[in-house]
Amino acid sequence: MAVKSSFKNMVLCLLVICLVCSALLAGVYALTKAPIDAAAAAKTNNAIAQVVPDFDGEPVMSTVQVAGKDYTYYTVSKGGQVTGYAIQASSSGFGGALNVMVGMTADGEIFNTSVLSHSETPGLGAKCTEPAFADQFKGFNPFQKKLAVKKDGGDVDAITASTITSRAFCVALENAVAAYSEIAGAQVQECCGGCSGEGECCGCCKEEAGDGCCSSEDTCGQCAESAENVIE
Amino acid sequence: MGKFQLITKGLVKENPTFVLLLGMCPTLATTTSAINGMSMGLATMFVLILSNMAISAIAGLIPDKVRIPAYIVVIATFVTLLQFVMQAYTPAVYETLGLFIPLIVVNCIVLGRAEAFANKNSVIDSACDGIGIGLGFTLSLTVLGLVREILGSGSAFGFKFIPGDGVLCFVLAPGAFLVLGYLIVVFRKLTSKK
Repeated sequence: MAVKSSFKNMVLCLLVICLVCSALLAGVYALTKAPIDAAAAAKTNNAIAQVVPDFDGEPVMSTVQVAGKDYTYYTVSKGGQVTGYAIQASSSGFGGALNVMVGMTADGEIFNTSVLSHSETPGLGAKCTEPAFADQFKGFNPFQKKLAVKKDGGDVDAITASTITSRAFCVALENAVAAYSEIAGAQVQECCGGCSGEGECCGCCKEEAGDGCCSSEDTCGQCAESAENVIE
Repeated sequence: MGKFQLITKGLVKENPTFVLLLGMCPTLATTTSAINGMSMGLATMFVLILSNMAISAIAGLIPDKVRIPAYIVVIATFVTLLQFVMQAYTPAVYETLGLFIPLIVVNCIVLGRAEAFANKNSVIDSACDGIGIGLGFTLSLTVLGLVREILGSGSAFGFKFIPGDGVLCFVLAPGAFLVLGYLIVVFRKLTSKK
């Protein structure tokens, strides 16, 4: 049944098999690429819709850097007014990375949270996805209450026997809040012309410079470059 | 051996999980619930049938010394196809099974059937063998997942009938070994009577 092996037919055989297989894979990849992308986008959009207040239009994706880490976040708005941000934050849980989509309202309250992926223990840490734990963060104001489990002197009820996961969840939310402060802070410091270079306001001078921002040309140039970072 | 016997032997006499004890890694890792076990079994069955047929068709053309790499390329191709399709149309299942989908490539059941059966038999017989072994694997994984789900989370196929938590240990890795061990005992007991 089997063909006698020679160097020539071995090379030829493997070459043909690999060629046919890669052609087949390339074809299927091309066919399924659109549905795969759509599924991934739908998943993100679902998570966003779950964690932020009512909005219209498409969420706008941007990134913000806090303490050397990049955070991806989505700004949602209704009728031109920013209503909230969905911030992707993560921390290390008991079994691996814990990725949470955190929705913040424009007033700095946590609107809702949604766990994107986790590797916590089933039946213990994995309960962080259940309403019994997750619902306590609805309407949680991190600027008034402490985002830490009660054991650590905070205001969060930990999951029984899963303090590490609960702590990790709080850390993820804290990271999101830090990112939010950065986003909202940039907005507060926004100058008249919409300029703010890396969180620093370059000074208002609307009357003098019209739509411009700064009196000094140097600073203004600097501002203009980073103006795209500003959240409107 | 008739076609029907080819299929049934995979269920009982050559049951891959309880008799041959092949493919233990996905068996233990993915059977945290009946649905997960069944999905893994079906995914493996799909690859098994297609790779059995393909290998049986080309076995006569492959030089003996390079047959293993050739088989692995064929199997890996089918697994990757399956991965693309699952990612596109059943993203939820794909996410649950995660890493274990690409690992079907090195599942010894698939390569084992290619080497032990498909390269010596006709395409149709190989397909029947794939269906039989695949069904055996799927059923075993479903039963294993079902027992672990009932004991560990008090539910069956996702329907909760005991409120609260079950015996957590059964959802975790040690429970997989315990349940598998006892199921093998039961299976041997039932089949030895004949």
